[in-house]
Amino acid sequence: MNNQIEVKHVSVKYGNHTVLEDVSFSIKKGDYIGLVGANGSGKTTLVKSLLGLIDIEKGEIVYANPNIKKGYLPQIALTSDSLFPAEVKEIVGIGLLGGKIRPKIITKLDLVKIDAILKRLSILDLKHKRIGDLSGGQQQRVLLARAMVNSPELLILDEPTSALDPRVREDFYALIKEINTLDGTTVILVSHDLGSVQKYAKKMLVIDRNVLFFDDVALYANSHHHVEAHHA
Amino acid sequence: MRDIFDLIGEAFQYGFMQRALIVGTLIAICSAMLGIFLVLKKFSMIGDGLAHVSFATVAIALMLNASPLFVSIPIVVVASIFILRLNEKAELHGDAAIGLVSSFSVALGVLISSVSQGFNVDLFSFLFGSILVISKSDVWLSAGLALVIVTTILVFYNDLFAITHDESFARVMGINTKFMNTLIATLTSITIVLGIRVVGTMLISSMIIFPTVTALQISKSFKSTILIATAVSVLAVQIGVIGSYVFNLPSGASIVMINAGFFLLAFLFRRVR
Repeated sequence: MNNQIEVKHVSVKYGNHTVLEDVSFSIKKGDYIGLVGANGSGKTTLVKSLLGLIDIEKGEIVYANPNIKKGYLPQIALTSDSLFPAEVKEIVGIGLLGGKIRPKIITKLDLVKIDAILKRLSILDLKHKRIGDLSGGQQQRVLLARAMVNSPELLILDEPTSALDPRVREDFYALIKEINTLDGTTVILVSHDLGSVQKYAKKMLVIDRNVLFFDDVALYANSHHHVEAHHA
Repeated sequence: MRDIFDLIGEAFQYGFMQRALIVGTLIAICSAMLGIFLVLKKFSMIGDGLAHVSFATVAIALMLNASPLFVSIPIVVVASIFILRLNEKAELHGDAAIGLVSSFSVALGVLISSVSQGFNVDLFSFLFGSILVISKSDVWLSAGLALVIVTTILVFYNDLFAITHDESFARVMGINTKFMNTLIATLTSITIVLGIRVVGTMLISSMIIFPTVTALQISKSFKSTILIATAVSVLAVQIGVIGSYVFNLPSGASIVMINAGFFLLAFLFRRVR
């Protein structure tokens, strides 16, 4: 199978409210997909479906490799707790627990991996800092390190820059682009920031309950008048 | 001053004091190790709710003339799982679910004690703790259960840490978060039932909350929070139990006041640091 992920006629309901309806698309290895849509269009629901965090009512999501290593960066507001008592290295270590056998010890090799990803993301000096003492941009890099430490084949980022200032945001997007280009990691980026998605992503997926547009970013401009009204 | 040291020395001579110190220390370790997961997951009030449930179970046990520990553990474990499920399924706000269960339990305990004559004095000792009632079998049972609790926490430590920080990410890592939450609730239930002998049903939740909140003021890492909380908890129990003997005060309330003192010190230390 050429596709890494195939989403086939997926529908999701919360109670009687249909959030996704008959959504179908496929993702190839190394794709960089910008997932955009208005508030309430079903972006986060689609991401949670891809991650297996919620049940799908109809359809299926087929991974070419069912044991694919996934990295996930949630919205920062969902995880930030200024009093949370954990060092950066402890937080990043959580990203290595997938596939481990209990008691899931963090080994010396794991510590080397943690150091390597922190160094790559230019935050090695924060290794022993308490997560709550860091700025928003630094915390986001730590959570990206947690998502990246196990060398995922698929990296899903849910509005990762919403809490960041514009300069830090640009640095962050450049870093994601580098991860996609150099490592060949498939990236799905959920964002309200249409400009940055057009600048960095290879493909654009526009949804509003179902798929409105899914193609190369370059082709999006031509179809712009069809989907413009759906953006926040 | 010399009299106080004589009294402290004397305290260690008595069997009931030795048993109180052993059981108190075991509960202190268990409650502090669990506390961090409960406090950070905003489950602190589950401890309080389950303590109220244990009041009803003690009343039932006394009415049936059965061992309060054996009657309480299964019922409080079921209640803890019930609170979790109410929280998840019935679309009740977490605090409301705890409030429902705890007020129902206290009412049940009061009704049982009012219709059953003759055990109200015993029930009072379980409300606020009485180290005089700790038997040798309580010590062995406490030691066994404390070993189970500490071993379980150590085996599941990284899973528990992961779900405490970010439940969604933990699920992406393949961790069964529902099982982990049930595990925390079950271990908390057992700890609470063990603790009611020493500090009573009304004050046991403070042993879960205080040491962790104290440690959070000064710790930097997750592991150091657990270690500091455990040290604070053990120290508070030992000072509280011995102090209660020396100054002829209730043991449960003394332990809570020592814990409150440690929290105040840590809070001030953080402010001036």
